[in-house]
Amino acid sequence: MATLANAATTPARRETAWSLAIAGAALVIFLIAAPFVLYPVFIMKALCFALFACAFNLLIGYVGLVSFGHALYFGWAGYLAAHAAKVWGVAPEFAVLIGTVTGMGLGLIAGVVAIRRQGIYFAMITLALAQMMYLVALRVKMTGGEDGIQGVPRGRLFGAFDLGNEMTMYAFVAVVALAAFFLIYRIINSPFGEVLKAIRENEQRAVSLGYKTDDYKLVAFVLSATLAGLAGSVKALVFQLASLTDVHWTMSGEVVLMTLVGGLGTIFGPIVGAFLIVAMENYLAPFGQWVLVIQGAVFVICVLSFRRGIIGELAARLRVRL
Amino acid sequence: MFEVFGIPSQALFGQLLLGLINGSFYALLSLGLAVIFGMLNIINFTHGAQYMMGAFAAFLLLRYAGIGYWPALVIVPIIVGATGVVVERLFLRRIQKLDHLYGLILTFGLALIIEGLFRNYYGSSGQPYGVPESLQGGRNLGFMFLPNYRAWVIAFSLVVCFATWFAIERTRLGSYLRAATENPALVRAFGINVPRMVTLTYGFGVGLAGLAGVMAAPIYNVSPQMGSDIIIVVFAVVVIGGMGSIMGAIITGFALGIVEGLTKVFFPEASNTVIFVIMIIVLLIRPAGLFGRSA
Amino acid sequence: MRLAASLAFAAAALIGTAAQAEDINVKLGVLSDMSSLYADIGGPGSVVAAKMAVEDFNPAAHGIKVEIVSADHQNKPDVGSSIARQWFDVDHVDAILDVPTSSVALAVSDVAREKNKVFLISGAASSDLTGPKCSPNSVHWTYDTWMLAHGTGGALVKTGGDTWFFLTADYAFGHALERDTTSVVQAAGGKVLGAVDHPLNTQDFSSFLLQAQASKAKVIGLANAGGDTINSIKQGAEFGITAGGQQFAGLLVFVTDVQALGLKTAQGLVLTETWYWDMNDANRAWTKRWQAERQGKFPSMVQAGVYSATLHYLKAVAALKSAADGKAVVNQMKAIPTDDPLFGKGYIRTDGRKIHPAYLFQVKKPEESKYPGDNYTLRATIPAEEAFRPIKDDNCPMVTN
Repeated sequence: MATLANAATTPARRETAWSLAIAGAALVIFLIAAPFVLYPVFIMKALCFALFACAFNLLIGYVGLVSFGHALYFGWAGYLAAHAAKVWGVAPEFAVLIGTVTGMGLGLIAGVVAIRRQGIYFAMITLALAQMMYLVALRVKMTGGEDGIQGVPRGRLFGAFDLGNEMTMYAFVAVVALAAFFLIYRIINSPFGEVLKAIRENEQRAVSLGYKTDDYKLVAFVLSATLAGLAGSVKALVFQLASLTDVHWTMSGEVVLMTLVGGLGTIFGPIVGAFLIVAMENYLAPFGQWVLVIQGAVFVICVLSFRRGIIGELAARLRVRL
Repeated sequence: MFEVFGIPSQALFGQLLLGLINGSFYALLSLGLAVIFGMLNIINFTHGAQYMMGAFAAFLLLRYAGIGYWPALVIVPIIVGATGVVVERLFLRRIQKLDHLYGLILTFGLALIIEGLFRNYYGSSGQPYGVPESLQGGRNLGFMFLPNYRAWVIAFSLVVCFATWFAIERTRLGSYLRAATENPALVRAFGINVPRMVTLTYGFGVGLAGLAGVMAAPIYNVSPQMGSDIIIVVFAVVVIGGMGSIMGAIITGFALGIVEGLTKVFFPEASNTVIFVIMIIVLLIRPAGLFGRSA
Repeated sequence: MRLAASLAFAAAALIGTAAQAEDINVKLGVLSDMSSLYADIGGPGSVVAAKMAVEDFNPAAHGIKVEIVSADHQNKPDVGSSIARQWFDVDHVDAILDVPTSSVALAVSDVAREKNKVFLISGAASSDLTGPKCSPNSVHWTYDTWMLAHGTGGALVKTGGDTWFFLTADYAFGHALERDTTSVVQAAGGKVLGAVDHPLNTQDFSSFLLQAQASKAKVIGLANAGGDTINSIKQGAEFGITAGGQQFAGLLVFVTDVQALGLKTAQGLVLTETWYWDMNDANRAWTKRWQAERQGKFPSMVQAGVYSATLHYLKAVAALKSAADGKAVVNQMKAIPTDDPLFGKGYIRTDGRKIHPAYLFQVKKPEESKYPGDNYTLRATIPAEEAFRPIKDDNCPMVTN
């Protein structure tokens, strides 16, 4: 049976790392130039989702675990970060930190419960946990229910930079995102990362080689949740709002869509996928009725004939790593 | 009368009976899902949308063709089942060899498309559909007023569930189906047209969803969202019952309806979370589900 | 000769530039739910209403050019505030209209204040928008939760519905509705016998209805909206609630919900709205025009509100000869009394609340309905001065100064 991650198998050769360097440089240049051409808030939104998708991809593309409840970490981190900034009045860097730690904590709890099972059952557990926490978010006072937490102050970063200024905020988001992408790259290309890939290819074999695969999977899960939490916290500050949309199961579906469209198991795939989907939703906002249909169509087309995603296809054609 | 934990027994029995009624919907819906997964190893996320199509088909038949509830009960499952056959032929057959999860993503995409199209055309407010004349009214059972339609729902669900279980587990056709899942190549060698059986089975499972939709139309709001509102709960039921087990889906459906009913009495705010809590517990203790066979 | 010609030329040029300088460009954004729960209450129908208002205003005669854009906020505060930001920052939109769903309206109100633009609320219900969250850049048109609670609640208690049981959607809006209505009922001498919370988007209300039946309250208040209200009423009919002598009070029901239920199921339902298409000739004529673009549908009070608000906004802009300063335009709107074919004469208070009468309606029996859309009987008129919360009870920071 072809595994989910087969789409992502390209030979991992050190000598092709130059393609990654080029792509990375292109990304940095794009981020520096873009805010003068495009609307900065749009790019910031896309970056937050790109980070979310990369975090998700860590789990699905490199470990082979499909989580259907990733919105749980994304959304709840956003709630905690928003609450910290608005109600406790902490500085933005601490708000983001608090949100990220929330993602880590929730990831740990969920991971311990879910890792014990594999495949579809793992996916179902993550879905159930996310759905439960959605229902909790609906009821608990702190989250503001349907209203969400609104009017979140952006504050002054390190006491010096006023994040109310759009360009300053943009610089902050871009730096955080690039740092996180680089971190993910380092994780994947470390000995730890190699073990993860081994588990994806054949878990039994990894076990027989003496690796405690459950521990590795849990660490990867927690890392993924933490980064998703980072994405959610930053997003809460960008939009000065944390709402139910971010914990709903359709958000979990969106991140799957972005990663699938961009390319599972590639480094830049989720980034491209996120930008594309956010742009598409932006462009389609006047035609709101068609968003659902188009999203569904993209899912179907991707599964039928485009499983490697955009970057995946590109990487395969050019025979490089992306 | 007497009290149980502070709740008068009247209210308790009333809620239990209502729980049983809800359970019959859950059972009917999860039956289709269980058939499809059990026989075909396909995770049919489109099930909710197909349920919604069943309800809409009943509404459309009434509005444009004057065809009422009783004929709709027969016609609609066939129509919806036919769309299922088309879906299987066009889409599912192509991804048979891939990981389950692609099937889930594909059917999820199809569900979005169907819901989006209906929403565009019909809007989200919902369409009127009344309880058929012959089933209106109800009787006062002393502890509660039981609408006739709800009593019919329980009875009919039980019959359909039992009939399906019997067909699959106890007839020759059913045994061919079960064999075809376990070892398609061998069954083919016996001259049985396996792809056609797969297609028809999927169509049958989808037809069951359509049937549930017709039954829901008189009492639940007929709107394009009705499928996505219920799909996750139905999945939870199937997972708890054991994804390949027909009897598991039926029993769990009814049982969960009753548990939900009890929760509504003692702890109403948790009534929609309780199913997920149970699902997590079951998956941790018995991952194959209560009645499932370990994969 | 040459001098005359150049003088004439110069004069023509001056007149030309003067004429151009008079042309004010105004861009309106209709932000609504185009595809989901409230699409029929607001949605594309609101865009039609805005267009009609622009036509009726005749901008060319005032030296104004008006452009209308629209978008779908999908009932999500983040989508809504995102679109609002982009419209204000990049697309030069001057005023946003409609926005059903209170959570989105609250978010958009913040953005409008931040960017000093105008926000004309027609679809959202929360009375907080003219209360603690009031803003000098927003005007709350059409209706709000206080009006609904006092309209329906007060009227029912007066006509004998003095014991109540609530079915409440378990989130902030539902609780607010229940709280507001409870205070009205109690102040009018009635009693609340009990309440039960149900999760949002519940499919099956049978167990909650059972409890409502057991309470024997004369009125069952539905502190919920949309699909939940429809399901409650539909299933209530099944369980013989109205047959058993109890009455449903729809605390937030629109004419589109009544259509979805059908008269057979919805008959007897009591509700409050501020505009109904069939109330007088002016409304009927407007509806006919509106239906040219929305066949088979009937306009809701929200869409009528969008028409009324757009008209008044354009009047204010014409008076100021500029749409640039949001606060200034809103102050101008508060300075001029309102007058339009749909809502008649009224005015806007300092807290941003538009004042007009409210009407208590009852849904007709099927046999009483003579033609499509003939859904309501008028039961009572609540005069404008009593329909909305007194300004002193607002807790609006703008006013308490």
